[in-house]
Amino acid sequence: MITILLNNVEVQVEEHWTVLEAAKFYGLEIPTLCHNEGLSPYGGCRLCLVEIGEKPKTRLVSSCTYRVEPGLVVRTDTRRVIQARRMMIELMLSTAPNSKILQDLASRFGVTQQRFTLRNEECVLCGLCVRMCAEQMDGRAIGFQNRGHKKKISTPFDIQSEVCRLCGACMYICPACQLRCQGPEPDTAICNACLTMEPTCLERYDELQCWMYDAGRCGTCVQDAPETGRPKPE
Amino acid sequence: MTSDQTKIQAIIDKHHGQKKSLMAILQDIQAEFRYLPQESLRAVAKTLDIPLIDVVGVATFYRAFSLKPRGRHTCTVCQGTACHVRGAPRILDEFEQRLKIKAGETTEDKNFTLETVACLGCCAIGPVVVVDGDYHAHMTVRKVGTILKKYRK
Ligand code: FES
Ligand code: FES
Repeated sequence: MITILLNNVEVQVEEHWTVLEAAKFYGLEIPTLCHNEGLSPYGGCRLCLVEIGEKPKTRLVSSCTYRVEPGLVVRTDTRRVIQARRMMIELMLSTAPNSKILQDLASRFGVTQQRFTLRNEECVLCGLCVRMCAEQMDGRAIGFQNRGHKKKISTPFDIQSEVCRLCGACMYICPACQLRCQGPEPDTAICNACLTMEPTCLERYDELQCWMYDAGRCGTCVQDAPETGRPKPE
Repeated sequence: MTSDQTKIQAIIDKHHGQKKSLMAILQDIQAEFRYLPQESLRAVAKTLDIPLIDVVGVATFYRAFSLKPRGRHTCTVCQGTACHVRGAPRILDEFEQRLKIKAGETTEDKNFTLETVACLGCCAIGPVVVVDGDYHAHMTVRKVGTILKKYRK
């Protein structure tokens, strides 16, 4: 156990905690986007920023990746933090303006204007899907490619990956994309990808690997795929 | 096995198929084929036991690697600040017009690849154009044709 100063209160925390974990333990809410308890910390969205250190030498760090250390001074809701957080939300929203999760964040933290050009990219590079695929599904089918402003998430050579099991975990966890499955009434849903995707997972693995909703309830995966009469995806 | 496959395998074997040699292997393949063919990346991933996506991640991260075939000669036109104010954009235009490609592309006959760079560190002799490692100083639009002729066979 070590002692840190959290919003001017001395508190005891475990050595191996991150600042985010410490704050959560003491009931302080820090918004996060790229953080997920089942996945390794990544520090990509910068939503969880906190201010550490004594004035005038304070700095902003992402609490989800920053380990507590003895005597650390943390403040979670300073003006600097809130301004930076608003900026991050505004920037991410300009990249993926249709994301429900980002819009909710914006309204919760009072982001009312959009000063950047909208890019409609449906990806804010938070890396949740990449980590989900590798760490939880043991798939490693998608990953980051290129760098700088060309950075993107895709499969090798942008074609269907041999190691992808179509489990849908990446879409399940995505905060921005619009491909979320709408449940067992695919005709009323937007994407229908589960009906048009081939081969379905049962054909390949003899076992359901579905993350989209109660496995197998819609029965799509057990249907004979070629019989659906729908155009096959290119 | 086709001859390409044997070549790739030989390169991988040269580095004893060690994971830490990934960069070196990719560099050698790039040098041999002037790009990284898909099959080579698959072979590397398989032999080194690295997920394919990680190999592709490395291959796309560095400018030194290319997943598309490159030309026999690489023309790099500096677009850094110093070269820019001395007319580098016009020189790039001239290259683009003569080669009928845009920066970053390769001519159809696979002779030239056109690239840009943001400062080569020798601003004093700008505008600078590098062809296959040879530096051409004080470039002008007029010199473009002569340079291309020299490398065109
Ligand atoms: S949650 Fe910490 S940076 Fe995204
Ligand atoms: S700007 Fe061209 S060499 Fe520096």
